[in-house]
Amino acid sequence: MNFLEFEQPIAELEAKIEELRYLGSDADININEEITRLQKRSRELTQSIFTGLTPWQISQVARHPQRPYTLDYIDRIFTDFQELHGDRSFADDHAIVAGLARLDTTAVAIIGHQKGRDIKERIHRNYGMPRPEGYRKALRILELAERFRLPVLTFIDTPGAYPGIGAEERGQSEAIARNLLVMSGLKTPIIATVIGEGGSGGALAIGIADCLIMLEYSTYSVISPEGCASILWKSAEKAAEAAVAMGITTARLRELGLVDEMIEEPLGGAHRDYDLVADRIKQALLTNLARLQARDREELLESRRKKLRTMGFVQ
Amino acid sequence: MSWFKKLLPSRIKTQGVSRRSVPEGIWTKCEVCSSVLYHAELARNIEVCPKCSHHMRISARERLNNFLDPEPRIEIGSEIKPVDKLRFRDSKKYRDRLSQAQKQTGEDDALVVMQGQVKAIPVVACAFEFSFMGGSMGSVVGERFVLAVEACLLARMPLICFSASGGARMQEAIIALMQMAKTSSALSVLRSNGIPYISVLTDPTMGGVSASLAALGDINIAEPNALIGFAGPRVIEQTVRETLPEGFQRSEFLLEHGAIDMIVDRRDMRERIASLLTLLLHRPAPA
Repeated sequence: MNFLEFEQPIAELEAKIEELRYLGSDADININEEITRLQKRSRELTQSIFTGLTPWQISQVARHPQRPYTLDYIDRIFTDFQELHGDRSFADDHAIVAGLARLDTTAVAIIGHQKGRDIKERIHRNYGMPRPEGYRKALRILELAERFRLPVLTFIDTPGAYPGIGAEERGQSEAIARNLLVMSGLKTPIIATVIGEGGSGGALAIGIADCLIMLEYSTYSVISPEGCASILWKSAEKAAEAAVAMGITTARLRELGLVDEMIEEPLGGAHRDYDLVADRIKQALLTNLARLQARDREELLESRRKKLRTMGFVQ
Repeated sequence: MSWFKKLLPSRIKTQGVSRRSVPEGIWTKCEVCSSVLYHAELARNIEVCPKCSHHMRISARERLNNFLDPEPRIEIGSEIKPVDKLRFRDSKKYRDRLSQAQKQTGEDDALVVMQGQVKAIPVVACAFEFSFMGGSMGSVVGERFVLAVEACLLARMPLICFSASGGARMQEAIIALMQMAKTSSALSVLRSNGIPYISVLTDPTMGGVSASLAALGDINIAEPNALIGFAGPRVIEQTVRETLPEGFQRSEFLLEHGAIDMIVDRRDMRERIASLLTLLLHRPAPA
């Protein structure tokens, strides 16, 4: 198991348990009792640490190297997944996966950011940062979904759109803007689920939805805490303060009325139990999809637009 | 430093654009060609250097004043004012930043919307005020922009927007991000109603504004040599660890890469847009 900095006390305890187990296998003395005692303490410790997580700590859980990614959920939630590739004009962006699948009996279209696990895969997935061709692949799938009356389920997990030379040359801005335009007028239900990092325009570009679901320890923000800190505080060290000021957590965004549903994560975060989280997401998708599909498409679109129209606080 | 510069005696070295040695008020020095220009003359030239054609930044009101016919004009959304919903505070309170910007610019926020006419064609025109917190888009900008779109829908008038913005306003965090969705959604309705939207990208148009309302024109126009892009040049440089190509993210670069329809000199903007509108609206050529 990989532990974050603030989880160090848990890590130490877990190491001790491992050590005892190892000892136990070749010693006669019965140390099961001791192990059980330590395991209980480890659980309590995790509980106490996780009940008081700061926004900055939550953003670290959201970026945890073992956190389940889009394909981990697709595996567990859907059947008959058929991945579809390419934007038809330039390339296939591996930072976004898309395709068709079945959610129980319903055929759906899926679009999600995809991060990599090891170094090689991370590079292949470009750390989950899409280039314009990724957004254009998403656009293609969105339009396909509308044509064939498939609901769209998106999974958001990106640090943001890729800031690169080629990405700018190929129109990163236009690619994102076009998706916002099309999604806000798409005549099919859209559910977006933030499973990790909701990084700025790169997240929003597949994030306009009739229903926004967020995992408990995920984040959604206009800029990363580090980015915000380095611009407004002139120091990336102030990321923790920026995370508080921006209110990037699921709990805070719910207070602002932006999140329709929060999915609770197991103690210690989603990476402690992939299956459990996948199952909870599946249940949430099924309930919300049933609700949205029962509605008339024009009326659904009208209420999506109405919701977007009222975003913001003015005097 | 090149060998040639080393040979020069130190007193004739200049640092190019640096110091503003001209007193404020009557004269302005062009930051590109260093010509000293008489203010009134510069204003007559819509803040374009008469010597080298450098397009200087221009306030939202001066922009609209030069663009629209003198009469009639009705401002839209001026009653909409910013609130600090998140009680955001960095090294300074957002509230204080707002009142400072308001004092400095005389505007309540970073977008001015005006209903009027261009060469007798009824339009709604918006302009970003870059001196107001870098023209950043928060709730007020989003709301005023949508009001502009709604006015266009109501009277079937075309929309023109002059953007100049660093992007979404960080002090409004996620709410600022959502303005990208809100403005794009309004534009999708405008589009499906067949009402023209002309987006004019001016120096600079970056981030969340360039990745929403500014990129979505039926026709996208840029002013010469404007910085336009999604990610800022410094962020890109730090990410890719390469020096950026000459002219990267400038209007000419965007034209070359197919992102915009044309580059138009500010002094010709009114004529060109009026002409485009008459074509899109099946009206006779403007007088």
